[in-house]
Amino acid sequence: MTETRAMTQPAKLAGRRPAALRSTERRSSTAPRRSILLTIVMGLLALYALLPLFWLVVNSTKTQQALLSSFGLWFSGDFALWDNIVQTLTYDDGAFVRWFGNTVLYVVLGAGGATLLATLAGYGLAKFDFPGRRAVFAVVLGAVAVPGTALAVPTFLMFSQMGLTNTPWAIILPSLISPFGLYLIWVYAIDAVPTELLEAARIDGAGEFRTFFTISAKLLAPGFVTVLLFTIVATWNNYFLPLIMLSDSTWYPLTVGLNAWNAQAFTAGGEAIFNLVITGSLLTIIPIIVAFLVLQRYWQSGLAAGSVKQ
Amino acid sequence: MTAHRSTRRWVGLATAAALTATLAACAPGAQQGSGDATGATAEEIAAALQEESSITVWGWAPQLEPIVEAFEEKYPQIDVKLENVGTGNDHYTKLQNAIKAGTGAPDVAQVEYYALPQFALSDAFVDLTDFGAGELEDDYTASTWGSVAIGGGIYALPQDSGPMAMFYRADVFERHGIEVPTTWDEYIAAAEKIHAADPNAYITNDIGDAGFTTSMIWQAGGQPYRVDGENVTIDFADEGSTKWADTWNRLVQNDLVAPVPSWSDEWFQALGDGSIATLVIGAWMPANLESGAPDGAGEWRVAPMPSYDGSPAAAENGGGGDAVLQQSENKLVAYGFLEFLNGPEGAAIHAANGGFPSTLADLESDEFLGYESEYFGGQQINEVLVQAAKDVVPGWQYLPFQTYANSIFGDTVGQAYASKGDLNEGLAAWQEASTDYGNEQGFTVEND
Amino acid sequence: MTATSAPPVPATVRRDRPNWTGWAFVAPFMAVFALVLVAPVIYAIYLSLFREQLIGGTSFVGLANYAEALADPKFWDAFGRVLLFLVVQVPIMLGIALVAALAIDSGRLRLAAFFRISVFLPYAVPAVVATLMWGFMYGTRFGLVGNINDFLGLDLPAPLSANWVLASIGNIVTWEFVGYNMLIFYAALRVIPTDLYEAAALDGAGAFRIVRHIKIPAIRGAIVIAAIFSVIGSFQLFNEPNILKPLAPNAISTYYTPNMYAYNLSFAGQQFDYSAAVAIIMGLITVVIAYAVQLSGARKERTR
Repeated sequence: MTETRAMTQPAKLAGRRPAALRSTERRSSTAPRRSILLTIVMGLLALYALLPLFWLVVNSTKTQQALLSSFGLWFSGDFALWDNIVQTLTYDDGAFVRWFGNTVLYVVLGAGGATLLATLAGYGLAKFDFPGRRAVFAVVLGAVAVPGTALAVPTFLMFSQMGLTNTPWAIILPSLISPFGLYLIWVYAIDAVPTELLEAARIDGAGEFRTFFTISAKLLAPGFVTVLLFTIVATWNNYFLPLIMLSDSTWYPLTVGLNAWNAQAFTAGGEAIFNLVITGSLLTIIPIIVAFLVLQRYWQSGLAAGSVKQ
Repeated sequence: MTAHRSTRRWVGLATAAALTATLAACAPGAQQGSGDATGATAEEIAAALQEESSITVWGWAPQLEPIVEAFEEKYPQIDVKLENVGTGNDHYTKLQNAIKAGTGAPDVAQVEYYALPQFALSDAFVDLTDFGAGELEDDYTASTWGSVAIGGGIYALPQDSGPMAMFYRADVFERHGIEVPTTWDEYIAAAEKIHAADPNAYITNDIGDAGFTTSMIWQAGGQPYRVDGENVTIDFADEGSTKWADTWNRLVQNDLVAPVPSWSDEWFQALGDGSIATLVIGAWMPANLESGAPDGAGEWRVAPMPSYDGSPAAAENGGGGDAVLQQSENKLVAYGFLEFLNGPEGAAIHAANGGFPSTLADLESDEFLGYESEYFGGQQINEVLVQAAKDVVPGWQYLPFQTYANSIFGDTVGQAYASKGDLNEGLAAWQEASTDYGNEQGFTVEND
Repeated sequence: MTATSAPPVPATVRRDRPNWTGWAFVAPFMAVFALVLVAPVIYAIYLSLFREQLIGGTSFVGLANYAEALADPKFWDAFGRVLLFLVVQVPIMLGIALVAALAIDSGRLRLAAFFRISVFLPYAVPAVVATLMWGFMYGTRFGLVGNINDFLGLDLPAPLSANWVLASIGNIVTWEFVGYNMLIFYAALRVIPTDLYEAAALDGAGAFRIVRHIKIPAIRGAIVIAAIFSVIGSFQLFNEPNILKPLAPNAISTYYTPNMYAYNLSFAGQQFDYSAAVAIIMGLITVVIAYAVQLSGARKERTR
């Protein structure tokens, strides 16, 4: 949520139901007291979070040569950012662009599907009592608790028999499961979707799925968006699974591709292209930032939940 | 889980069905592949190369791409799919998985010498003797051929080799008035001098590396591994191993080697600015120095690696070849490709692209020997490196489970490095852990 | 706020006859889940009953792999390490995340949107890159720590030395996941019904009292979830030590964490069967502890 939004929303809602305003909005109407101390504390946390990323930005402006001969946390030598970007995008016949496309495909289908499945299931668990509900909790927790790396070989062998290895499905199918998303939606839905509302819809004769998509989905938006963001990042940075499942580099996601570039320096006769690895990494993070900026406005939808529930 | 069957049972059944299907399909040890490699004559191979077909090659060496291009130009009927599935361990992991799954492996795979016995032993690779590879022995250096000839078979053709030499910073040596050392005693004296003059400078870096240690023991004449089929002897108390450990103890215990991991950011920086003055490493290093440490241009030189008594002795460090997999359904073409890749045509392209060859013809060509490296201040580096290939001490063997043994190096010898203890004790721990593993895996492992 | 587990049943759902509608929502998830997670787990259990050797093939060994794992000092060494990690790192990380979420939600912050995204960003950095960055930061000779030492004349301990490497890993994990957990708490704070604040504010409650008595209890479900998954994450600690291993091969052993042990058994040692047994044991322990965390969260709920 941006600051401007915080200023405009309350006005719209104020007339309708002042008592239901959420903290942020209430604060903007009652002239909030900014805390300098709190801002400083958060500033330190932000510094901690951003310092390594600053390293990434600084070093993506360096040539391969300057990279290894200059102080890491400050600019040095020629400003080679644009040059690096062009090289990154064109190196190896534009492999980066292809990997980028693959990653987008995995994210759209994987993260989108995962969020949808988790939302449906979490909602179902929160709002319906049905036989086997306890078992779902136990099974999901149990399966998640087994370390995934140890399951890599069994999963690979199974997928291999099913003919899924070396296809995008080997990446997308496992990405469709977000146990964490399931729990998160479950917890959210209990509070965010008032049961009275569902009762009312049932009395009106609306089907459960219709109710879900027309009413509940909106109320679940903050949870949904949080889960979507997490699954996007998880799919975007998915490394281990594609590494095991894929051998054809045309299906590689960015992470595996960048790692191959990184490893190139360590092989006999290999060309060190750390500058491209670093610039590629920076480019890899940008879409995540965009996704974050786009998605964050939906956290505001919590308003609706608050306003209905009284 | 009792009441209300219908839906749950349906879900349960579907799951169970899916499970049984997959479980049945992948019972452990489902190792397939046509074990009946019957072999072929040169004519049959040549004929196969004229028919339309395709093969898949897994490898990470940067020289593969131009070689594949040249191959496809010569044999337009053959489509070669070159796939880089990872470097080193990632590559072996995938290979191992595909072999275990019984499907999905390539026709041809790159494999380093140290990892070869493991695959050869598990019958994953084709014995190339059946295709006439035995006749090629004289084309390759003795040490590389020795690495691919395992238990009476030939399981790969050599591609590159890594005879060890000492790369050093001429400027650093000059600044400190150091003569190029020819014995390890002189090397240690040089180490003391450099570190005393500048506490941030070291003769070399070493925090413990399995490949380096085995190569160094190899040079010292040690033969800690002796393999005869399923009977394995591991003995790190032999003379050569002890000789190396006693010598290296003096460097490690006196803080004379930089505790910087190889291939790290810090390492490349140090190679560029001279705070690491030498590298005793395989002959493939020049290309990596040029691209990884551009600041060191003009300062690096190469000399034979020091020895214990001053007479020349070297070992192989890294390098590998290419193998044909049992799973391949196009073995004739796969072998045809191997002969091109590892034969004269491929070797020439390989050398032209920064690789260090294993083929005698290339190693002895005037063009190769006379090459003056600008990065090395115009030195004819290949003179030194080729001589090193000839000085490799014969008789070395790797374990048939070397990839595992190497993976636990840090747990054992690495601890001696970290505590600056006795490397002999570290080697003993390594020996014990490797022995246990070998016995667990069904080998008969003994220690002399 | 009811917590995470099955027990809390929405009060309004009728119980006179079983209602299967819920399954329609849960089934798609469970179907995929069965394929990509349950089936491999079952297969791993099946594998764990065998022993395959490089020489000699495969034989059925029953529970021998489990017996061996339970008596394996490497396994317990690894387990002890992640337990220590769990006890120290998880509270620190969740504490920072909670404070950050409350601060951003409080409205007393300038640049709240900036802080929200900057704290979250590390989570978006791929592991390969994180290694590169932290490898540089942790370098004592040519890296950032080295520069700080030179510049300030300090002698900071080497972050990748045997004594400090666990703390260094904890730092990376905290760096990566503070933002992640912060967002979970933040999103949960967003759905607190505002009338609660209104009432409290009218009663003259201060900011800290509102935090303690309204906000934190209201997001208890999210906190419990985050704690459970942090427990699981700690016990499965793998990525960070594994990617740091090339930089600190002697300080980070092949059995540094249970998951690394299982990984190395499987990938370096080809001991899929034994690896599966280790993973299953670790999974069982994790479930027990995660369930305990969940129960303790739920109990506080009830006693309140």
